[in-house]
Amino acid sequence: MSKFEFPEAIKSRPTYGTLEARPGKAHLFVADAEGAEAIIDLAKADSGLMAKSHVIYIPKDTGDKFVSQLQDLGINQLYVGPSFEAAQTRLQRSLADAHMGLQVYLCGTEGLMGQAQRDAMAAGIPHTAIQTEHRGSVARRMQCVHCKGITEDVMTDPFVCSHCGLNLFVRDHYSRRLAAFQGVCIDAEDPGNVPPSAELYS
Amino acid sequence: MTIQFKDETFRDDYTFSNSDWAIKRFPFPFHEDSYMYAVNMEQHRGGPDGSVYEKRFDVDEHYVSEMRDRAMVLADDPLRCQSLPHMTLAGWDLLELIMVSKSEDYPDLFELHRDGDQWHWINKPLGIDDKFTFLDETSLPYGPMEYITRQTQGDFCVLDQRDDNLWMDAGIVTTQADWSLDFDIGMNFFEWHAPVPLAHEKGIFVRALKFLLNIQQGAPARRLNWTMTVNPLLDTSPENYHKWGIQKTSLTPENIGQKQHLRVELQTFFRLPRSNALVFPIRAYLASFDDLMTVPKWGRRLHRVIRDLPEELATYKGFIDNRPMMLDYLSRYDDGKPTSDGIWPNLDTDPPRD
Repeated sequence: MSKFEFPEAIKSRPTYGTLEARPGKAHLFVADAEGAEAIIDLAKADSGLMAKSHVIYIPKDTGDKFVSQLQDLGINQLYVGPSFEAAQTRLQRSLADAHMGLQVYLCGTEGLMGQAQRDAMAAGIPHTAIQTEHRGSVARRMQCVHCKGITEDVMTDPFVCSHCGLNLFVRDHYSRRLAAFQGVCIDAEDPGNVPPSAELYS
Repeated sequence: MTIQFKDETFRDDYTFSNSDWAIKRFPFPFHEDSYMYAVNMEQHRGGPDGSVYEKRFDVDEHYVSEMRDRAMVLADDPLRCQSLPHMTLAGWDLLELIMVSKSEDYPDLFELHRDGDQWHWINKPLGIDDKFTFLDETSLPYGPMEYITRQTQGDFCVLDQRDDNLWMDAGIVTTQADWSLDFDIGMNFFEWHAPVPLAHEKGIFVRALKFLLNIQQGAPARRLNWTMTVNPLLDTSPENYHKWGIQKTSLTPENIGQKQHLRVELQTFFRLPRSNALVFPIRAYLASFDDLMTVPKWGRRLHRVIRDLPEELATYKGFIDNRPMMLDYLSRYDDGKPTSDGIWPNLDTDPPRD
């Protein structure tokens, strides 16, 4: 099972649900890795949905594992791409072309859902109208509060900022605008005293 | 009285100091000998003569130097001032509120002359004399919020009101108690307060939001908040925490009286007329422990508050490691005598220290 029950946390931390088919003429899915399973589950529950859907899928380290299953769902428009960055202009174009009533579904890792949500919000869709379902890795997209650089797919706490090299601890404080959690220097008051890294939620 | 503006620094050599006048008017935040989070809101309609409550936007001896420090912070990090696109009108509302208030409250320091939309603003302490067209952004060197808040002490959050919530959609934040505008901009009231411990569970934020959503034009409100800062450092930002955090370890029993500062925020809330936004100025006042101990009542009370503060709050406010040293110092100023209710020094009526 690729679903993870996140413990209760502070109020800025996003929470995720389970995708449900909503009425509408057009449906846009953005998914990565095990997020494909949420689409497959939804397609089983509502056989007519996929013929009205555009799916943007980034397999990441799952490779071909889910691709052929997605191809068999009868999806109207299926794109399989190498990275979110590569897919982003396509996503933005799809949102720009969308008509009122577009249903947006995001599934997979927090980093993927956060970034796709940010683009959907920029296109004028309220974040509360966007469905999300977490699947797969619990890695986080982290902003270094000091240098502002983003480190993707952080799995350990503390971690080293991939831009400035500071040792950062992982906060639950989350910015939708940045689509990132906040990382803060852990050894500012005692330079060099960095506890050993532990895997998130271990 | 005429304010004597000081030439002082809030970084590096830290030449900041309070005059006796500034100490006596310091907004000591504890009205009793203990502390717990509360909404503690009251109307902001003046206060005792000379107190920080008297004027709508208090100007004191640190004004000119604080504005110089703000300009330095903004030069280092322009992201400390941001305004989402829909907040420009609120910025003009704020500019008007501050210019009208300061020119009325301090006519010897500030002048505002208006002829329709042709405005003439004179800020004597900062040597500014600008003519501009109200609501025309191209007629000012900065956006309206940034222009006027580069000339006004305190941080400013400009909050949009929609969906029965307040949204941190604009602000200038250079004297903050360790939070990032760049990270929090766009968040709602509960989200930007998310890291605060205990207060959510006590229902503080639900009640505070309900109060704030109903603030009306011409009826501003205020409250005090506080934390601790080692050295008179205004810019205790998370952005620069990796640089200033180490200063917390520089306290010794010999220097704590000069280096440890109580940092008090006078938070006020004004409804803005055109945008219906709420502006939330957060004005920081600093006083060293030595400054505070000149008032016997405050010496007694600060000891009792810090001693009895729940561990979560001392941790959140960032002084848990230094609390034992603080208590060693403060206990010398607590002779066990009673303290009067309220925040004022009451030098003539509270008992002298043994």
